Amino acid sequence: MKYSIATMLAQAARGHARWPRLWRAAELRDAYDVIVIGGGGHGLATAYYLAKNHGVRRVAVLEKRWIGGGNSGRNTAIVRSNYLFPASIAFYERSLSLYEGLTDALGFNVMLSQRGVLNLAYSRADLNRMRRRVAVLRALGVDAELLGVDDVAARVPELRLETPTRSVFGGFLQPRGGIARHDAVVWGYARAADALGVDVVQNAEVGAIDVHDGVVRGVAMRDGRRIEAARVVVAAASGTAALIEPLGLRLPVVHMTLQAMVSEPVARFLDVVLDGAVYASQSDRGELVVGGGSDVFASFAQRGAPATAPRNFAALLDLVPRLSGLRWLRQWSGTVDYPKDHSPIIGTTPIEGLFLSTAWGSYGFKAIPAGGECLAQTVVDGRAHRLIAPFDLERFRTGRLVREAESSGMDLEGVLV
Amino acid sequence: MWVRCPWCGRRDLSEFVWGDDASVVRPANAAAETDDAWTDYLYFRRGTPGVVAERWHHVHGCGAWFVVERDTRTNRWRSDG
Repeated sequence: MKYSIATMLAQAARGHARWPRLWRAAELRDAYDVIVIGGGGHGLATAYYLAKNHGVRRVAVLEKRWIGGGNSGRNTAIVRSNYLFPASIAFYERSLSLYEGLTDALGFNVMLSQRGVLNLAYSRADLNRMRRRVAVLRALGVDAELLGVDDVAARVPELRLETPTRSVFGGFLQPRGGIARHDAVVWGYARAADALGVDVVQNAEVGAIDVHDGVVRGVAMRDGRRIEAARVVVAAASGTAALIEPLGLRLPVVHMTLQAMVSEPVARFLDVVLDGAVYASQSDRGELVVGGGSDVFASFAQRGAPATAPRNFAALLDLVPRLSGLRWLRQWSGTVDYPKDHSPIIGTTPIEGLFLSTAWGSYGFKAIPAGGECLAQTVVDGRAHRLIAPFDLERFRTGRLVREAESSGMDLEGVLV
Repeated sequence: MWVRCPWCGRRDLSEFVWGDDASVVRPANAAAETDDAWTDYLYFRRGTPGVVAERWHHVHGCGAWFVVERDTRTNRWRSDG
């Protein structure tokens, strides 16, 4: 169905009781051209672009629980491309530009709001690093502006510039950064992929990947059923290692818990995404959506340590004291897979027909469109698309790391700095 | 969440620093090691969820380093069943 004023009115006349389902409850077939393991944003986007850009339609997305139930539905929905290294900037900028056209491309409103992402500098050294980032971004044609203290104050009048623990020295803004509705991105890709013939299958857990003589043959489901496919994409976030370790592949990744939380609604005062000590944005309803640093120990529990939330609240109150007494409605956690350089691992593997989209750490959501587009091309060609070639698994052996910890708001231990 | 220090007993997580998987051992003779072995030591980690023996450091306490087993699926300590 193509959404329009006419379909809205027609459905309203029927009491909204006859809206069609967004995607079919697809039956799992015995063989596909490509199997994608993991129905998060990256898996669904890869399947969509395989069908849309390359005409590969015998594709299944196998999701062990429900689509978007992992990190695609647990992030703080921020999109931006203000990275440090040219390889990252080119990749994330492609992603942001795809986000800018995504609502039209998918025929589904992903509620992109390009309200700007404002990073705060807490020292001259911070500001100097931002000056360097702004210079690199602008040289590559990406929007970025260095802000003085007065500019920051004008953007966020309620921000306390001198706190007992910090002084704001300025900041930098990416005006085209912002937020998108993360559930809508997942559902939009699932709906569009389904319309092109992709089978999106939920409650379908893969137990193992079938490999013979270094070549992929398909997958074995948890219930024992075998599905054939010459090409398998693993986009299973923190479930990826358990699937590929039996094949002799290890990942240079540590799995940690990252928490986010949302407050009761308050009168609007924040019309940018604020990034510094904590990151925060205000929803249309007025709730504050806040995230901070990781719990620094390995975990797959999807349950955060209690001490982290008060640390995030304290950092936010430090910057906006008026929020004292604010009540928090919900808190949730995801398992993030951090590689040491805070850049993804996406592309081919030493096993023929096996492709990875993993190590998305704390930056996966913003990368969904380009990750899917580039990996689909890679699956078809059998070699890495130029935008993801720098993000191969091999870089940990050659030493060609793409160190983006700072652009992810982290130090190398995964602590927000 | 809490951690049990062998000397100080049960204390809050905030007193401790996680010290990674205890099965990861620094190559004894770094100069003689191959690049591959060194890369494995630096970066590559087991990522299948389950019980892991890991190092913890009671940094805001007695300073001890010790090894305990924890189930990374639930965050429960093995000693608590």
